Amino acid sequence: MSRGIKVCGGILLGIVVVALLGPMLSPHSYDQVNFDAQLMAPTTSDGHLFGTDDLGRDLFVRSMLGVQVTILVAVVASIVSLVIGVVYGAIAGYAGGRVDALMMRFVDTLYALPFIFFVILLMVAFERNFLLIFVAIGAINWLDMARIVRGQTLSLREREFVEAARLMGASPARVLFRHIAPNLVGVVVVYVTLTIPQAILVESFLSFLGLGIQEPQTSLGSLVYAGVAQMEGASHMLLIPATLLATILLLFNFLGDALRDAFDARGGV
Amino acid sequence: MLLYALKRLLGAIPTLLLVITLAFLMVHAAPGGPFDDERVLPPETRAALEAAYNLDQPLHRQFLNYLAGVVTGDLGPSYHYRDYSVAELIGNAFPVSLQLGSMAILLAVLAGVAAGTYAALHRNTLLDRIVMGLALTGISIPVFVIAPVLVLLFAVKLQWLPAGWSGNDGAGRLILPVVSLALPQIAYIARLTRASMIDVLSSDFIRTARAQGLGTRAVIRYHALQPAMLPVLSYMGPAIAAILTGSVVVEEIFGIPGLGRFFVNGALNRDYTLVLGIVIFYAALVVLLNLLVDLLYGVIDPRIRRR
Repeated sequence: MSRGIKVCGGILLGIVVVALLGPMLSPHSYDQVNFDAQLMAPTTSDGHLFGTDDLGRDLFVRSMLGVQVTILVAVVASIVSLVIGVVYGAIAGYAGGRVDALMMRFVDTLYALPFIFFVILLMVAFERNFLLIFVAIGAINWLDMARIVRGQTLSLREREFVEAARLMGASPARVLFRHIAPNLVGVVVVYVTLTIPQAILVESFLSFLGLGIQEPQTSLGSLVYAGVAQMEGASHMLLIPATLLATILLLFNFLGDALRDAFDARGGV
Repeated sequence: MLLYALKRLLGAIPTLLLVITLAFLMVHAAPGGPFDDERVLPPETRAALEAAYNLDQPLHRQFLNYLAGVVTGDLGPSYHYRDYSVAELIGNAFPVSLQLGSMAILLAVLAGVAAGTYAALHRNTLLDRIVMGLALTGISIPVFVIAPVLVLLFAVKLQWLPAGWSGNDGAGRLILPVVSLALPQIAYIARLTRASMIDVLSSDFIRTARAQGLGTRAVIRYHALQPAMLPVLSYMGPAIAAILTGSVVVEEIFGIPGLGRFFVNGALNRDYTLVLGIVIFYAALVVLLNLLVDLLYGVIDPRIRRR
């Protein structure tokens, strides 16, 4: 384990803890409108650590809420994509032959599509709720996972211990889930770390366009959008959520890169 | 080569059919009709409206009609912009997005390859670390964060460049949108180029070229660049998709009347036909550009064609 992994992981953990505890310790709430304190710059005097927004709501609490929502969506969406990707990839890899070829051909076809537009279409067609956002974002990110898991499974199923299990009469499902799946954990963990920033990106993109999380709930994407409208008079409204979002994404990307380098020496991009 | 191109073109048809079917079903599975948001309509008016838009027919008829329309370039009327057809709206808005997108791609490839090559030649020096650190940062920061921050810096604080589109003529208004769109791609291409350039530079034919006394410049230009560009070329497909996605927010931020803006407005107005039409258009564009990239790949690397 390199120092980089520990430092990144530590900072991310710190951000999550502050995001969870911060709103409880603050005297303000996320949806409390105050027309006497609109667009205040950050100050330490009355607890508005990050200032206020155009409705006088406390930006610290709102930003922390945004971090919570953003990370929650990203983690749940990543789990969705993990489940779809691992099951799909493991089945394709273990089955091999024509089934594998057909299943991977389907993945290739989907790869070529600008998926985000389908998510937007989904958001237009149905009422926007949390569950739909989770599933929609998870559903676009499983392709990479499926490919990687399939590749691993293909090589694992030729190994002696799999053959041994098969000789002892284990059913295909048992071989797949009891013998092969545990060996996939390392790879899967690395790629989930790389999937999380992608999910964050999609969620904040949707919220930025007004198609994701709805008011008075908020996410970092919606906060950035609100900041764009106010940037001439109150640039803190743009810069604070933008910095938070960029920092979280950078940390996750760095962590994923470092984990990948630690797990396999191939490196790459 | 021609046969290969034709084969690939035919291969794209099922993909497009899948896209159209998926998108069509998604829109039509939606609860509520396109006229639900407006004031309550008398039943006769409503029936007349639905008949006018062919919404009273069974779903498979509607789909076949739509499919026939798509083939002939007719994407139906827009529900929101009542005087325009979807095809007209796309035709008006797309040239603006095309200009923006192609400039961004060009900038991304030029700057990305240059930065990546530079880093590869100076690998493990301080400058390499700085370039790669910047690249990781560039990949991590989304377009909708880069764009407003650039506006804040160069348009609001320094006032060097215009922030908006309308009311500003000339090339100045293009700079900030194009740069914001290109930056993440520059970063990604720089990383790709660095990795593949390091790979190529350590191969035997480069050693031979050097042994014959060629300078670094000539080695890069005549020997290393072409093979090192292959991974960049195969990244062009995802890059195009990313620039399309980015153009949606960039057009929103800068107020550019391009396709992305219509798409977002259509999504917010629940203009089903417009959104459906643009999704299909985008998907067709991405599929065709991917095809073009594959063909180019075949030109640069003839081994591909024989497979």
